[in-house]
Amino acid sequence: MANASPDTELLKTPLHDLHVARGARMMSFAGYALPVQYPAGIITEHKHTRNAAGLFDVSHMGQAILRGADVAASFEKLVPGDIAGLATGQMRYTLLLNETGGIRDDLMATRIEENGALALFLVVNGACRDADFAHIASSLDGEATLEILADRALLALQGPGAEDVLAELAPDCSDLVFLEGRDMEVDGVSAFVTRSGYTGEDGYEISLPAAAAAAFAEKLLAHDAVEPIGLGARDSLRLEAGLCLYGHDIDEVTTPVEAGLSWTVGKRRRETADFPGAAIILKQIAGGPSRRRVGLLPEGRAPVREGAPIQNAAGDGLGMVTSGGFAPGLERPIAMGYVAADHAEAGTSVTIELRGRSVAAEVAAMPFVKPNYKRS
Amino acid sequence: MADRKYTEDHEWVEVDGETGVIGISDYAQEQLGDVVFVELPDVGKVLDQRDEAAVIESVKAAAEVYTPVSGEVIEVNEELNNDPSLVNSDAHGEGWFAKLQLTDPTELDALMDEATYKTFVESLS
Repeated sequence: MANASPDTELLKTPLHDLHVARGARMMSFAGYALPVQYPAGIITEHKHTRNAAGLFDVSHMGQAILRGADVAASFEKLVPGDIAGLATGQMRYTLLLNETGGIRDDLMATRIEENGALALFLVVNGACRDADFAHIASSLDGEATLEILADRALLALQGPGAEDVLAELAPDCSDLVFLEGRDMEVDGVSAFVTRSGYTGEDGYEISLPAAAAAAFAEKLLAHDAVEPIGLGARDSLRLEAGLCLYGHDIDEVTTPVEAGLSWTVGKRRRETADFPGAAIILKQIAGGPSRRRVGLLPEGRAPVREGAPIQNAAGDGLGMVTSGGFAPGLERPIAMGYVAADHAEAGTSVTIELRGRSVAAEVAAMPFVKPNYKRS
Repeated sequence: MADRKYTEDHEWVEVDGETGVIGISDYAQEQLGDVVFVELPDVGKVLDQRDEAAVIESVKAAAEVYTPVSGEVIEVNEELNNDPSLVNSDAHGEGWFAKLQLTDPTELDALMDEATYKTFVESLS
């Protein structure tokens, strides 16, 4: 029952005072003090996001613009995605890979146009930010330059009510569909808005100057439909949506194929085979990986957590849980993890170790909860 | 009113004669957040003071509950299997975990009384 108080040397986001004033419990995450939950609690916050609109402070994430003579071709040296094929305003989930096909980070890249020149707007995980940006800048030295946007906040407004709320302050946001983004005025402030998120819901991510962020957040929160949501519910929402959490479900020793992310390897890129770790990844795509990321439904009420061993009926080790918790939307525990490829089919019975005993579980298709994206 | 004593780990024991009911404090449930599952001990289990008596799962994480006193488990709160959120809504009442037949009532002397615990909690914030 020990309770660690947040380290005083943690960085603060532009919304720090707002979180504290609203009674958030703060925790350390990616070097920042961030709200894990507000007084409403994780379950209420989770359900509110699914039913109305939740506001998330994700200002700890790294934002940058990559520019270069042929910026898409340059960036393709580091990722397996078809970046050259992006239309202006189109956003893509892609992966920074290492030479053995492992995942350095997952990120969102949007093609933007600045005075006629193409550039990429990048958003990376907070915990990987410094390493990612150093890697991108040094790998592409001489052909592309990376401008790190340190003075910008990033807010996510997620849920079925998000569009109606944001449209009051930024009418243009209704023109976007899932995975599109562009610059627009948001309540008189110049912002970069994308229709995207990490909850499985429709919604937006709004990048805006740090100095304008708190006033904008207060304006959103003044709306009846909007409540502030902490990292706790962000995690349960993304787990229900079957989305990977970097450092847990994917890492430097996990390949996109093992992680069920082969779809991020573009068709053209499979032919050109010119991304880091291409030989290993393409071999796995052709022959199948030895292990796969799967969804897991443990029997009973007890959540299984990251690190729990997964076994077959005979007690042989199959792999490990990488994310696990309680799904407020399903009112039951859910998890994801890696199992040997011959046990990865939905419906396969496995057992998961929990405090010295075995819990029966079934391999399940993901997402656990059907996404609610606005695709057209 | 029965005598209620607290530990620095935010467990309580309410003593009535030679039995004691154990639970966690309101402060503890608030720190844990929404409780979604409680793993209770088996009736008949003999626990030494500070042994793990239960495991509480909140949405986010698991936390162990250690018994403030030694004793044999003579009853558990089956209601928590149906509604684990009782730990949140009534930590000092309906959210109790187990009833113990105490084996060493002198252990109670070293625990905090209500007023001392209250001061202790205030010192944490």
